[in-house]
Amino acid sequence: MQEVLEEHITLQGRLAASLRKSPLLGWLIGLTVAVLLEHLVGYELATAVGLPKIPVLFGFVIMLKTPLLIPSALFYVLSIYLIPACLVARLISAPSNWMAERLYRFPISVPVIVHLALLYLILHLWADISAYRGLTLRLTLIAVMMTLSLNLINGYMGEFSCSHPGFMALGAYGASVFSVFFFASDKLFGEALLPEALGAFCFPIGLIFGGLVASLGALAIAIPSFRTRGDYLAIISLAFLFIVKSAIENLEFVGGPRGMSGQPNYATLPVVFAVAVICIWIINNFVRSTIGKALNAVRDDEIAAEAMTVNTRQTKILAFMFGAFWAGVAGGLFAHVLRYVNPGTFGIQKLAEVLAMVYFGGLNSVYGSILGGVSLSLLSEALRPLELFKWIIIPLLLILVMIFRPTGLIAFKEFDVKALIRPKGHPEKEV
Amino acid sequence: MSLLEVVHMSHDFGGLRAVNDYSLAVSPGEIRGLIGPNGAGKTTIFNLITGMYRPTEGDIRFNGESIVGMRPHEIAARGLGRTFQNLQLWRHLTVLEHVMMARYSKLTYGLVGAFFGTPKRHRQEAQSRQRAEELMKLLNVSQFSDQLVLNLPYGAQRRVEMARALATEPKVLFLDEPTAGMNPEELWQMMKIIRKVHEEFKLAIFLIEHRLRMVMELCDKVQTLVFGEVIAEGTPEEIQNNPQVIEAYLGKETVE
Repeated sequence: MQEVLEEHITLQGRLAASLRKSPLLGWLIGLTVAVLLEHLVGYELATAVGLPKIPVLFGFVIMLKTPLLIPSALFYVLSIYLIPACLVARLISAPSNWMAERLYRFPISVPVIVHLALLYLILHLWADISAYRGLTLRLTLIAVMMTLSLNLINGYMGEFSCSHPGFMALGAYGASVFSVFFFASDKLFGEALLPEALGAFCFPIGLIFGGLVASLGALAIAIPSFRTRGDYLAIISLAFLFIVKSAIENLEFVGGPRGMSGQPNYATLPVVFAVAVICIWIINNFVRSTIGKALNAVRDDEIAAEAMTVNTRQTKILAFMFGAFWAGVAGGLFAHVLRYVNPGTFGIQKLAEVLAMVYFGGLNSVYGSILGGVSLSLLSEALRPLELFKWIIIPLLLILVMIFRPTGLIAFKEFDVKALIRPKGHPEKEV
Repeated sequence: MSLLEVVHMSHDFGGLRAVNDYSLAVSPGEIRGLIGPNGAGKTTIFNLITGMYRPTEGDIRFNGESIVGMRPHEIAARGLGRTFQNLQLWRHLTVLEHVMMARYSKLTYGLVGAFFGTPKRHRQEAQSRQRAEELMKLLNVSQFSDQLVLNLPYGAQRRVEMARALATEPKVLFLDEPTAGMNPEELWQMMKIIRKVHEEFKLAIFLIEHRLRMVMELCDKVQTLVFGEVIAEGTPEEIQNNPQVIEAYLGKETVE
């Protein structure tokens, strides 16, 4: 009791306690204000403190390139993002709690849509500043989808699959072939078969097609390797990764090792954002159902699961195909974001990246996958100026996480949307 | 007619005959016991009947239908529930999730329900949850509902396993040494629970036990297994006084 009181007396304690009172809605509004502020005075402030332009990734790149500008970059980040966001979130905590409570009374989909709309607004405004930000953001969302779908296999199901970049490649090429074949005039496939205007509307079909191609690939791995447990899947899936890569390199009609270009610009930020949200929603639905939790039962004790009426083989194969499907969809988006794919992208390095994201963020957890995907892809962008040292720092971080939290930063935690958007006005009501 | 019938079942592990010419007939509502020294093949018989292994010879019929060659989950869904000798619980699932998981075969909402959270899924999950809560209450583990099983006392873990097996809605319940590693107090509790479960659900129970006292108190009929062969079968009194059984348990010298 004494300690609790003391904590409240110190400035830090009071600050933390007052910030905890804001609901998620308040934080989103605070961030909206911050990105609006950047739009209004960002450039002026940046030039005033001696920065050449608005820092694109929270000043990391500037700080690493010219250490002399560290104070200015820090000042910029503090005065544009951190202080306004915290201040606004704190100041409007009463009205935002009131609003959150109002929203909370509606069916759950209404407050969720409001929160997502606000989140999209923030991301859109933030990405609007530079094309680089837009690209990074879209690739980050794709990385989240990849991480989450691999987590389904390596975390929830407890197998070790190495073929995820292979599924991504299948999806990328599947979706690319679909949209180039039907909607783009190209030297590989000739004239477009359907009017180009239709293309953007049919993009979801292309993505689903890419996903299905990937899950067919997954079926080919799953049938031989799920008869037994153990390391077989790791070896077979690694082989599959190489097979896919060299198969694509030898397929002349998709460009072989030179790659394939000409994908129309369908994967804009709203599209990628929407697909990522749908992906998280469906996967989260799945893992919270008893059918999805059967994956955990299979992982923890397969014999007991079987004795408790769980059809373990079907469960494993379906989950594997489901994970591969989302990797394929992520690949389709990836191809349309870059508007160019080549087989070299989907190699061992990609595999290492995705695996790192899964194990860094946390096994068996949607939060963990989001955290892992976002933090590692932003980090690897931010540390780009360090060149070779980047590949020392990121693995080092991973090793540290493995030492102190062997299952990842946020592992084994359910992603409960209701708890996330709950108003925070009555601390005594919280458990 | 018997509910469960095992006819001349034998099983070989490589060259070793683990179970030889084993037969059994269980009627509805009966409590049967299987005793025998370590390594006699008791658990192997359980694994054979529940489909974990496939018998080399012989037939197993449940409700008149042969279940040899079916996958364990199909057999379990038909009404053969079981517990394990060494607790086989899922370390990352809570008690409630354990009991709900065992109702897997009763869920019909399918993948569409799992992906999109349809009303049908919510209805079925709610039903399943209600049933699970009743079972947890019956077995006195509802206070642990949201805890991971790892954090529970040993006796409670045993009861969770029992609740989980009951959630599959078995017609015959196989209990593999339900009192292994228990102290006398827990043992007594477990006996009470088995009786309660038996009365409540009108189950047939097939029990493997080491402790003769427990078998003698609970069972209607007992088989004694030594080296994969049944050497005696009968009521507890008959078994207790059978010289062959005493020899198998205590050795020859003590027989007068």
